[in-house]
Amino acid sequence: MGTNKRIAVLSGKGGTGKTLISVNLAAADGNGYYVDCDVEEPNGHLYFKPQICEEKAVLVLIPKVNYELCTGCKDCVNFCKFNALAFGKKVILFKEICHSCGGCALVCSDKAITETEKTVGIVNIGISENVKTVGGMMNTGEASGIPIIKKILEYIKDKSGYIFIDCPPGSACIVMESIKDADYCILVAEPTIFGAHNLAMVYELVRLFDKPCGVVLNKCTDGHNPSEEFCREKGIEILVKIPFDKELGELNSNGKIAVREDYKNKELFYSLLNKVKEAVE
Amino acid sequence: MRIALPVNDKDIKSEICPSFGRTPYFLIYDTAEKSSVFLDNLAAQSAGGAGIKAAQMLIDHCVKIIIAPRYGENAAKVLIDGDIKVYKNIAGTAEENIKAYENNQLDILADIHPGFHNHGNK
Repeated sequence: MGTNKRIAVLSGKGGTGKTLISVNLAAADGNGYYVDCDVEEPNGHLYFKPQICEEKAVLVLIPKVNYELCTGCKDCVNFCKFNALAFGKKVILFKEICHSCGGCALVCSDKAITETEKTVGIVNIGISENVKTVGGMMNTGEASGIPIIKKILEYIKDKSGYIFIDCPPGSACIVMESIKDADYCILVAEPTIFGAHNLAMVYELVRLFDKPCGVVLNKCTDGHNPSEEFCREKGIEILVKIPFDKELGELNSNGKIAVREDYKNKELFYSLLNKVKEAVE
Repeated sequence: MRIALPVNDKDIKSEICPSFGRTPYFLIYDTAEKSSVFLDNLAAQSAGGAGIKAAQMLIDHCVKIIIAPRYGENAAKVLIDGDIKVYKNIAGTAEENIKAYENNQLDILADIHPGFHNHGNK
């Protein structure tokens, strides 16, 4: 691992403000990395509008059947837990469902299955002012974005400076992959019962991974905030409360980065950045 | 000849289940023996590829005819390779559908459902 600090930004649901937070943190820091791990629907590039310097294809291995050697034992079909293989009169492969585990090639006693490469998406590397951006895009119809995230994380492994990782929503495999090597996790939550429920789910996930974490309460109003209540109950640090603010919403919906604009509350993002830096130094 | 029908209950008078891959049970009727058995659909618990697994299960049970309201693209590939014909069910119970099949009153189910996984744009 390089001399970097990785800050993962995650939330249990979409639309809480992961990209808002990670983009603004990366821009406030100014010379680190913004990494968009939401490879199913990346949108960080809409804010940074990076100049793309490099694009790499992401390849995975999928089985290739030699029908002359296949004796129709169905061992591969029975082995595949993803149901990517079937057998009527011959082996049928469903490429989009295959998770590239390689098991079918191992269990084939006739040596009829070998592996071959398939492109599942791309990784792109770019720059916006002094912020380096790394993102990926999964091809439509693919089963999993994990190979793309692995490639993204492999790229940043030996980089130095602050790395802000914009995670996919939820708490499934793809999020686990994104936070695996994080030094700190920022959980972004909305002030609703649904928001608090989703916060509880990601909180459980980061606890499981034993990651230090803090919460950003986004879209705060004067009313009751179930997510804040959850934090107080569990003793989780509240890093910053971002108000429900039309001006910020407008900047954001126009693809503007608040800290690069003349936004009245941009101090909030700098104070968040300082808190996170203190926590990981 | 063995006929399979996706059913909601382990009962010959059960309604037909609208889902092929994730039906709880298959009723398998043997036209020669005039007997029926019920098969737990193990594919129903799959995270993905349920239609493929269900189709494979029916192939492995020597089924040649399926009576169902619809089935997906992936299941279709497997069923075609397994020489299984699919007929569209009529309103009514599994038993009524078997009778209708035996009286040649069912149509081949030609239109294949593109699935609910948003892959339909291909």
